[in-house]
Amino acid sequence: MKIIKKLLILILVLTVLWIDVPRNTVIFGRTINPPFGFEIKLGLDLKGGSHLAFEADTSKISQDDLQESLEATRDVIERRVNFFGVSEPSVQTLKSGSNYKIIVDLPGITDIQDAINRIGQTAQLTFKEQRTDVNIQQATNEAALIAFKQESVLTGKDVKKAEVSFDTTSGGAQVALNFSQEGAKKFAEITKNNVGKPVGIFLDEFILSAPVVQQEILDGNAVITGNFTTEEAKALAQDINGGALPVSIKLVEQRNIGPSLGAEEISKSIVAGIIGLSAVLIFMFIYYGKMGLISNLALVIYGFLALAIFKVFSVVLTLSGVAGFLLSIGMAVDSNILIFERIKEEIRKKKEMNIAIRLGFGRAIDAIKDANFTTLIVAFILFNPLNWGFLPQFGLVRGFALTLIIGVGTSLFTGVFITKHLINFFYKRAK
Amino acid sequence: MINFLKYKYLYLMISVAVIAVGLSFVFRFGIPLSIDFVGGSKISYSVNSKVVNLRTEALSEEQEKEMRANIDKESSGEAEILLFETVGPSVGKEAVNKTVIAAILGVLAILIYIGFAFKGFNFALSAIVALIHDMFILVGVYAVLSYYFNAEIDTLFITAALTTMSFSVHDTIVIFDKIREYIREEGRVNIENSANKALTETMVRSLNNSMTIVFMLLALILFGGSTIKFFIIALLIGTITGTYSSPFVATPVLVWLEKRKKK
Repeated sequence: MKIIKKLLILILVLTVLWIDVPRNTVIFGRTINPPFGFEIKLGLDLKGGSHLAFEADTSKISQDDLQESLEATRDVIERRVNFFGVSEPSVQTLKSGSNYKIIVDLPGITDIQDAINRIGQTAQLTFKEQRTDVNIQQATNEAALIAFKQESVLTGKDVKKAEVSFDTTSGGAQVALNFSQEGAKKFAEITKNNVGKPVGIFLDEFILSAPVVQQEILDGNAVITGNFTTEEAKALAQDINGGALPVSIKLVEQRNIGPSLGAEEISKSIVAGIIGLSAVLIFMFIYYGKMGLISNLALVIYGFLALAIFKVFSVVLTLSGVAGFLLSIGMAVDSNILIFERIKEEIRKKKEMNIAIRLGFGRAIDAIKDANFTTLIVAFILFNPLNWGFLPQFGLVRGFALTLIIGVGTSLFTGVFITKHLINFFYKRAK
Repeated sequence: MINFLKYKYLYLMISVAVIAVGLSFVFRFGIPLSIDFVGGSKISYSVNSKVVNLRTEALSEEQEKEMRANIDKESSGEAEILLFETVGPSVGKEAVNKTVIAAILGVLAILIYIGFAFKGFNFALSAIVALIHDMFILVGVYAVLSYYFNAEIDTLFITAALTTMSFSVHDTIVIFDKIREYIREEGRVNIENSANKALTETMVRSLNNSMTIVFMLLALILFGGSTIKFFIIALLIGTITGTYSSPFVATPVLVWLEKRKKK
């Protein structure tokens, strides 16, 4: 049994260390990466980027369609945002009181004007001719944008009607376009000039398909094919028909943090964290001697473990989150101080070391349990796990609460369980 | 054993004095609310490697660009945006209301939990009195800071207040736990004696624990970034008052309540 237990602990330690390893660490000439691409995620305030909040004007929408319209708007915005090539944009709908908001977070985007324009604009369908002076084989959107001419020969304005239809042979969903009279004329010209060549069909500068023109088309009808599901084809047809967002939105809040500010904040916080932590470690050693060293060891384990948990649950670290974490370090030390003071107390009563340790732990556990539990209660209410409308839903408070919850939870484990084992280990050896 | 409770009127005077000074600042000068609550724009530029902070009414992107162009011209440099935030006026009130509701819920939850865990309503009540005391101290001292150093109340301050709440109770519970132990052993006969014994034994732990948190916070104030400086200072005030209030507010109140009950 004992061997199994020790083996389990060893596996746990190795796993935690593996997760904690920063990307592309070289150890003994080998490059090591954390498993599953685990990484610390930084919030907008640390990484730089834009945070936009739009208020939805729901006055013209019936209660029944509300949720659906909001979701549709969210999807359209998300697609438009994706065009920026932002890594991990987040688009959420939020209900607060009787108001609905759409929150858009764009990490790394600082040209906020461009972002606002693009989100608020109507869906733009464009047809573009191929450029003859470039030859690009890549299948990315950027490549497609280069491969086709800048100016569009035909736009969504020339479309009279768009609807879902099904391919007669494959049965796949597609969007059938019916051009206006002028559009039909333009379309006939394009197809005439581009026989045997692809024509790019873009929505919001995002390529949908680039069919090769087979022959001149005179009747003003065209289809957009792609690997659409029926739902997607329906949404696309709606976009082209309506153009505008299903719900009109108004910008009520925007925050733009330059990348240099965040970078400076991170490096300063790290330096401050190291200095503060060192002070704590030195203090604990000076005051509690050998027991202080044990507590320091538990604290280091705590740091590694908490970091691993942040990575695994992809907790987004913000400035307030960092503060919550640093505070939890203080609370982690507290558990140890409580235990040590109790042990000292028992020793003062002339108890034997072994018994003093056991009694001290038992006595301290009540206080530790109650104290941490109240902290957890408050943190849970702040975190608002059920996303209740009457409690805070903004990232700042929640980020703080989440790191505090993880911090307190982890510190209970290391401050009590790990410390107990460490003390038993070192003091039994010493005997 | 040290007779801490002998000086209970001194503690009362200290608390009253600090709160009175703080509140007088609150009422005379007020504490400016950040754009988080009243709307407006907050802008930081880096011009010729100097940081310029501005606070204005809500600016649009175009207005900001225009202003930046003017700054570029005047300073013959190039202003780089470090931070540009605009909040509509309606957003803030909602955030405050929600946070206050969360705080009240938190207090109620603590009250119930302590009431059950310590099998006594007086314990819960005294802990809450200390907590409210800490809120007054925090807001008061922050008002003094805001008068001299232009600190404003923003969402981070609210976070600091909430942290202070949980820390305050955390610290109080440790002492109460000790008192509970003595009551179990000796009964409620001499609550004052039990409380004094508990205070004597937990004092070192309280100070040591606060010391470690204060180390952390001081390091952040001295070496950390500028955006969260006032947040950390608020946390520091909270830690100090949270530590102070447990032995010198919560405990005397508990003893007083317990004695009253017996009469």
